Formats: sequence, structure tokens, C-alpha cells
Amino acid sequence: MSAQAVLFDLPGPKARRRQRIGTAVGAVLVLGLVGLGLWRLADNGQLDPARWAVLFDPAAGVPQALGEALLNTLYVAAVGMVAATVLGALLAVGRLSHHIWVRIPVTVVVEFFRAVPLLVLILFCLLFLPTVGLPMNPFRALALGLTLYNMAVLSEIFRAGILSVDKGQREAAMALGMRKTQVMTLVLLPQAVRRMLPVLVAQLVVLLKDSSLGFIVGYIELLRQARSLVEFFNFQFGNLYTFQLYVAAAVIYIVVNVALSQAAKVIERRTRSNAKTAAVAAPNDPTSTITPGAAGPV
Amino acid sequence: MQFISDNSDLLWSAFLTTLSLAVLSGLVALVLGTVLAAMRVSPVLPLRGLATFFVETFRNTPLTVVFFFLVFGIVQLDLQFPSRFTAAVAALGLYTAAFVCEAVRSGINAVPPGQAEAARALGLGFGQTLTTVVLPQAFRTVVPPLGNVWIALAKNTSIAAGFATTELTAALQRLTNSNGNQILLVFAVIVLAYLVITLPSAWAIRVIERKVAIIR
Repeated sequence: MSAQAVLFDLPGPKARRRQRIGTAVGAVLVLGLVGLGLWRLADNGQLDPARWAVLFDPAAGVPQALGEALLNTLYVAAVGMVAATVLGALLAVGRLSHHIWVRIPVTVVVEFFRAVPLLVLILFCLLFLPTVGLPMNPFRALALGLTLYNMAVLSEIFRAGILSVDKGQREAAMALGMRKTQVMTLVLLPQAVRRMLPVLVAQLVVLLKDSSLGFIVGYIELLRQARSLVEFFNFQFGNLYTFQLYVAAAVIYIVVNVALSQAAKVIERRTRSNAKTAAVAAPNDPTSTITPGAAGPV
Repeated sequence: MQFISDNSDLLWSAFLTTLSLAVLSGLVALVLGTVLAAMRVSPVLPLRGLATFFVETFRNTPLTVVFFFLVFGIVQLDLQFPSRFTAAVAALGLYTAAFVCEAVRSGINAVPPGQAEAARALGLGFGQTLTTVVLPQAFRTVVPPLGNVWIALAKNTSIAAGFATTELTAALQRLTNSNGNQILLVFAVIVLAYLVITLPSAWAIRVIERKVAIIR
């Protein structure tokens, strides 16, 4: 249901007046809090334009360093996205296999990697794998950890997608004499991917956000770069640019992620308006109202 | 195996820290998230805007960055959390509240419109409609997504390790430093400790889901 229209009556003159008064009081409160915050910041000299100018000053090297760090972040996220998507699709198919000796090990792998915290996985790659002769650096550990964790999550998304394809599709393909592999790759997977695209993109946003864990294992991504810039400037000028640099890193993250989330929304709208899929997802189906970012990926 | 008995105190307290971190921030997130969801469907436009702003900001910020601000950033506002643990609870609670809000809101949307219409026809106001008719039904449908959020929260507590809270992952880092020859065992113990939290949760969620589900 469209909650806005159903949950309350249209406000009458009295209610509207009450709302206006409430809004005014609330606005004063919020503005007061924001103002208090700004005042404290200004009091500490944090709003001094010279302090913010350093963010855009190529001579200080800050824009280059942050740009490079953003590229590092995007690079490790891209590696993770591609690897996790491919492996996730394979695992999803494996988990639906008719052969029990494929299905059980794949299930164990998926459930295990889904249950372990991502940071523990990354630390495992970084600390344990070198002891068995696999050379590791923060980048590899981060990319591997992101891949292992997200391939398990994505495989569940793909599996749900494959299972949601109408069973007539499989039966029709079988009746046409296709082999099991052909049914999967030519008929089921394309439809599943299409239907799961919004959830898929939402999970990729999560992956991008999780790449900030590189901060803890020492990969020079945005947050770590901001931190090392802060340390560098602290050494030279004292505690001058700390706040500004962290705000800059946070804003870059938010902008990139909001852009990706918006892309996910656009894709979702396009898939919904597509006649083929719209016919399947009835508007009142509760599962279709649970939107991608809504609940699944955190 | 020697190191387990040697470090049983550290491991036990780390486990308790992780558990209390998850439970406390889970409660914060549940309350805050529900309030935010109510704000997002409320008749007052500014409330809707405020809640939407909050949710979009926290959903698109990495948890590490949220931690960063609550631990290092707010000092600039002359504020300070009494301990790193409270800062971690606040960071996890605020971040997770955004996801709880979205889950609850999807549940509110899944309640058939006739329920709210009937409530209004009986003369219930917005608050009454929401708290006595719509939310009780919404919560029943969102048990699985809320459960996912809870399990993700339990795993996300590991990030607090990077910010001087001695929970399981921090214990892991400390133990791998002191037991270089038994790294695999250390990891096994820590992963087991997380599974002790997540696996029973997953089971409990399934049970609750079956118990409270509304079959329409």
C-alpha cells in the first residue's frame, strides 16, 4: 500500500496549524543543534576557510592523494565485484546441482563464508595464508576477503533468482531437448540475473563500502589515505587539518555510494516496468515490496 | 591447545564484549529504526524529510567511517563518549538503525491497505493506527529481514576491533601475535565464537518466523 495515502486522513485546518507550529518548533530545535555544532566548530577554528582550502590545493598534494586513494578503493572494489559475481554464479549453480557430491561441499562453503565476519576473513588472508607459502599484501588480502565473503552472499542471491524463475521455463527447455547445462546457462541464469539485478547492485554497494576495511589492514584506500595525510600534516603544522580531511573522505564515500544506490534504483524501476518481469511480480506480492537496500545487504 | 586455557580470560571477556556490543546496539537500532520508520510514513513532511536524510546518509556511509567520526571526529565538537565501548555501541546502533528502518518500512508497506483504512474508519488517529494496527502486523512480516540485519550486526561488531574495543577480532589480532605457530587454531577458536552467536540466532529467527507468520 502507498502508506502516505492510507495511514492518515488529509489534515484539516486545525491539524495543519498544529503541524505548522510543530514544524516551526522542530526547525528551531534542529537549526539550534546544527548551529551549536557549527559554533563549537568555529570556536575551535575548524571553519577557517584556510583550513578547508588545503583540500583543493594541488600544491599541498591533497587532491592528488585523495584522488589516488579513491582509485585504489574503486580498484579493489572492482576486482572484488567481478570475482565475487563470477564465483557467486558458479556456487549458486553448484548448490542447485543434482549431484550430491557437488551440492553438499558447495553448501558448506557458502554457509561458512556467510557466517564469518568479513574482517576476520581479511585478517585470515593476511595473517595465515603467508604461513602456508602464499605471498600476501594488504591489497591481495582485502580483495580476497571481499571476494570470498561476497561470493557466498551473491550465490544466495543468484540461487533465489534461479528458484524464482517459473518452473515452466525449465520444463519447456527440457522438452526442447536441451541439456542441463544449456537449460541453466541459456534459460534460467539470464532470467535470474535480470530479476535479481537490483539486489545484486545493492550488494555491490555494500562491497564498495566494505572496502573501507582496508583501513584496518593497512591498504591505502580513502580512509587510510586521509589518516596518513592527517599524520603527515600533524607532523608539520600540528593538529590543523584533521577534521577537514576526515570530512572530505566521508563526503567522497557518500557521494560515490549514493550515485551507485541511485543507479540501483533506476535499474530496479526499469526492470519493474519491463513487461516480462512485471507480469511475474504481482504488485501486491509482499516479497516485491521488500526492496533491495531495504533489508538484505547490510 | 595450550593457548586456549592460557588465554581463557581474554577469550571469555572478548566474547562477552562482542555479545553485549551486539545486543546493546541491536536494541538501540531496533528502537531508533522503528521511530525512524514511523517518521517516514508520518503525515508531517519535515519529519519524513529528516528521517529520509538520516537513513540515506547512514546507509551510504561505510561503518568504518561512522566509527571514525564517533571516535575521532566529535572531539572537534567538544564532545566525547565516556568510553570506546559506548562509542562503538553508538556507531553500530546508528548505522544499523537505518537498515532496521528500511526493513520495518517494507513491512508497513506489506500490510494490506484495508487494515489501515478500517482503523481510520473506526476513528483511530495516525499514532493509534500505526501502533495498534499496522506495526504489530508489520513486525510479523519482517522477522526474516530483521533477523538478517541482526546477524549482519553481530558480524559488524568485528569492526570495533579497529577502534580499541577488545572484542573477539581484537583478541584474534592479539593472539595471532603471541601464537605465531598456531594461527589456524586461533582463527578456528574465534570463528567458532562468532558461530556460537550467529547460528543459534539463525535458528531462533526461523522458529519465530514460523510462529508469528501471517498466511494471507
